Amino acid sequence: MEILVILVPLALMLGGAGLVAFLWSLRSGQYDDLDGAAWRAIADDEPPQEAPAER
Amino acid sequence: MHVTRDFSHFVRSAGEGIQHIDLAVEGVHCAGCMAKIERGLSAIPDVTLARVNLTDRRVALEWKAGTLDPGRFIDRLEELGYKAYPFETESAEEAEVAESRFLLRCLGVAAFATMNVMMLSIPVWSGNVSDMLPEQRDFFHWLSALIALPAAAYAGQPFFRSAWRALSAKTTNMDVPISIGVILALGMSVVETINHAEHAYFDAAIMLLTFLLVGRFLDQNMRRRTRAVAGNLAALKAETAAKFVGPGEISQVPVAAIHPGDIVLLRPGERCAVDGAVIEGRSEIDQSLITGETLYVTAEEGTPVYAGSMNISGTLRVRVSAASEATLLAEITRLLDNALQARSRYMRLADRASRLYAPVVHATALLTILGWVIAGASWHDAIVTGVAVLIITCPCALGLAIPTVQTIASGAMFKSGVLLNSGDAIERLAEADHVIFDKTGTLTLPDLEVMNAADIPADIFELAGRLALSSHHPVAAAVAQAADAKSPIVGAVEEPGQGVRATVDGVELRLGRPSYCGAEALVGGATLDPEASVVAFSKGSEKFVLSVRQGLRPDAQAVVAALKARNIGIEILSGDREPAVKAAAHALAIPEWRAGVTPADKIARIEELKQRGAKVLMVGDGMNDAPSLAAAHVSMSPISAAHLSQATADLVFLGRPLAPVVAAIDASRKALHLMRQNLWLAIGYNVLAVPVAISGIVTPLIAAAAMSGSSILVMLNSLRARSTSREIV
Repeated sequence: MEILVILVPLALMLGGAGLVAFLWSLRSGQYDDLDGAAWRAIADDEPPQEAPAER
Repeated sequence: MHVTRDFSHFVRSAGEGIQHIDLAVEGVHCAGCMAKIERGLSAIPDVTLARVNLTDRRVALEWKAGTLDPGRFIDRLEELGYKAYPFETESAEEAEVAESRFLLRCLGVAAFATMNVMMLSIPVWSGNVSDMLPEQRDFFHWLSALIALPAAAYAGQPFFRSAWRALSAKTTNMDVPISIGVILALGMSVVETINHAEHAYFDAAIMLLTFLLVGRFLDQNMRRRTRAVAGNLAALKAETAAKFVGPGEISQVPVAAIHPGDIVLLRPGERCAVDGAVIEGRSEIDQSLITGETLYVTAEEGTPVYAGSMNISGTLRVRVSAASEATLLAEITRLLDNALQARSRYMRLADRASRLYAPVVHATALLTILGWVIAGASWHDAIVTGVAVLIITCPCALGLAIPTVQTIASGAMFKSGVLLNSGDAIERLAEADHVIFDKTGTLTLPDLEVMNAADIPADIFELAGRLALSSHHPVAAAVAQAADAKSPIVGAVEEPGQGVRATVDGVELRLGRPSYCGAEALVGGATLDPEASVVAFSKGSEKFVLSVRQGLRPDAQAVVAALKARNIGIEILSGDREPAVKAAAHALAIPEWRAGVTPADKIARIEELKQRGAKVLMVGDGMNDAPSLAAAHVSMSPISAAHLSQATADLVFLGRPLAPVVAAIDASRKALHLMRQNLWLAIGYNVLAVPVAISGIVTPLIAAAAMSGSSILVMLNSLRARSTSREIV
């Protein structure tokens, strides 16, 4: 059971890291446009200079 | 005269040598648009950021200061096929965004704590039925307390604050029982942990906060979204005015930057964006958006003009006055204020539910404690059972029942072209059983249509359309659009107040007043229609008369039939003249109509219907409708409505069809039905769970399962609000 002394803090640290990541993503505006984010995930990443002529 | 566009009002600095502007963009609705716009704008040199926000339909742009004129972005978007307008965030909207973010932060903290406390609780639950040592259990409980207490102190803030505000005002709200429940559950758990007890409720308390925060966040997010929509609507009106900045020099500036005393230029075909009085020039103006009257009014020196009127024929110079100076507007504003004050504060469904909830739950918990003490239990055990009752009855499902439905229903309405302006609009619209329509601009379209296009030879009509392209007159614009004309005739000359003429292949073409074209003799037959304006076209000695008027919305008849099928009473109250209203009422088979109605009369009629117990939906667009929009139980405006009316209406619908009115009624009725169903689900859950809690056999495991089970059930049920039928009839 001594393993708990390592495992429990480890689990909490991982959870805490998740929380910090969430707060960071919130602060950097990643939740501001959920509709857009849903589409960006599947958009093609073309560099802007390759902007094609009208299709 | 030199015209410049001035956007400096909207540009703000975003750090070292970078400037920032927000644009509201019309017609962005998919990933394709998003990529197209971002690529198109990023291609402009010196642009450092071009990012579309699809939720709010806006574009944020940043560029190196001083290198670019913001007008260029608008031109570029125009080339890409999108209309864009500069945008200024209101402080009210910023506050909503900040609140929304705070709730999301609280939710993140609460969710983190719930998951980690649950990770510690499950070993305790399984250990209690197997071989866990009491020391290990205490260790796990203390760890849970270490996570849950600070997390609850942070994530519970929205509830604690609101409860405290309510208590200081000596009232109560939903947050009072929530706060009491959470604090008691945490307090009891700490005491139990000190006493080395088997059960602690840290997981239940923090899980409760998580679920409630989900509901709270959805509610707030909807409020934020309606604000954003309202802000966009204001920007999409593109209210700019041509202000004189020097003798003979004008600049196109946003209305926000115009002050009383400024002089603006109003060209033919332009909509006036300010209130004021004419100081120079002579013209006709269309005030249908203000008064509902479709006949043009003559404007000359001294005539007051109101924001929303359309200038028809001549160029005017207008001195801007403060809104209160204009008499018509002052009268409407006074009526509007009265109506807004009289609007009885509507009791939202959630408030009604919570008003019943708190006393019942607290009485049950108290009776449980007393009952157990009388039955011979120790005070400690009785209080533990009482707190368990509070925990199990805590309104998880109740807190989610309404916001989840509202969020999903408003999303569905948004897709069918209806925007919500107020949070409780859905509930109020669902109750509506009588519709009052304004005629001008509501049942009819705001733009003009050529009524007798079919009677005129196609080649002649096309020629008239091409000639019309050379005029700013709204009637000419209607002719050009009806004829689908693209190439203007070279050398066309406009004679203000008369018409346009040009010579093609030696034949003179004229489009304008019948007298200008020598076609007075033909007019007799065409003026049968009381609402129509007449415009004549001559090609040499051939003469034609075109009759132009505001047409009914394409699906108005179907909508009226659909409303009748839903047993909803319909009537027309219009400020326009009798023949015009009568014609529209006949065409739509609406027997109840009144013409020449003043704003005060409209309110009187609404009051009369209220006395009879009817819940009135007012649909109107004119400035003269604004007071009655506020007086009615619920109200809708088309997107083309006057500014004041749109701000007053609970819902705004987009596009040319009238169908969104019916779609919105259907969607809101379905949503209200689901809200009620959800409340019953929540009550049913309590009916099952409370006896278990009173009998004292609730363990933290049962509490956790019951709470999450009921919340998930309610959320799933809410998803059904998504499928609104597109068919209206």
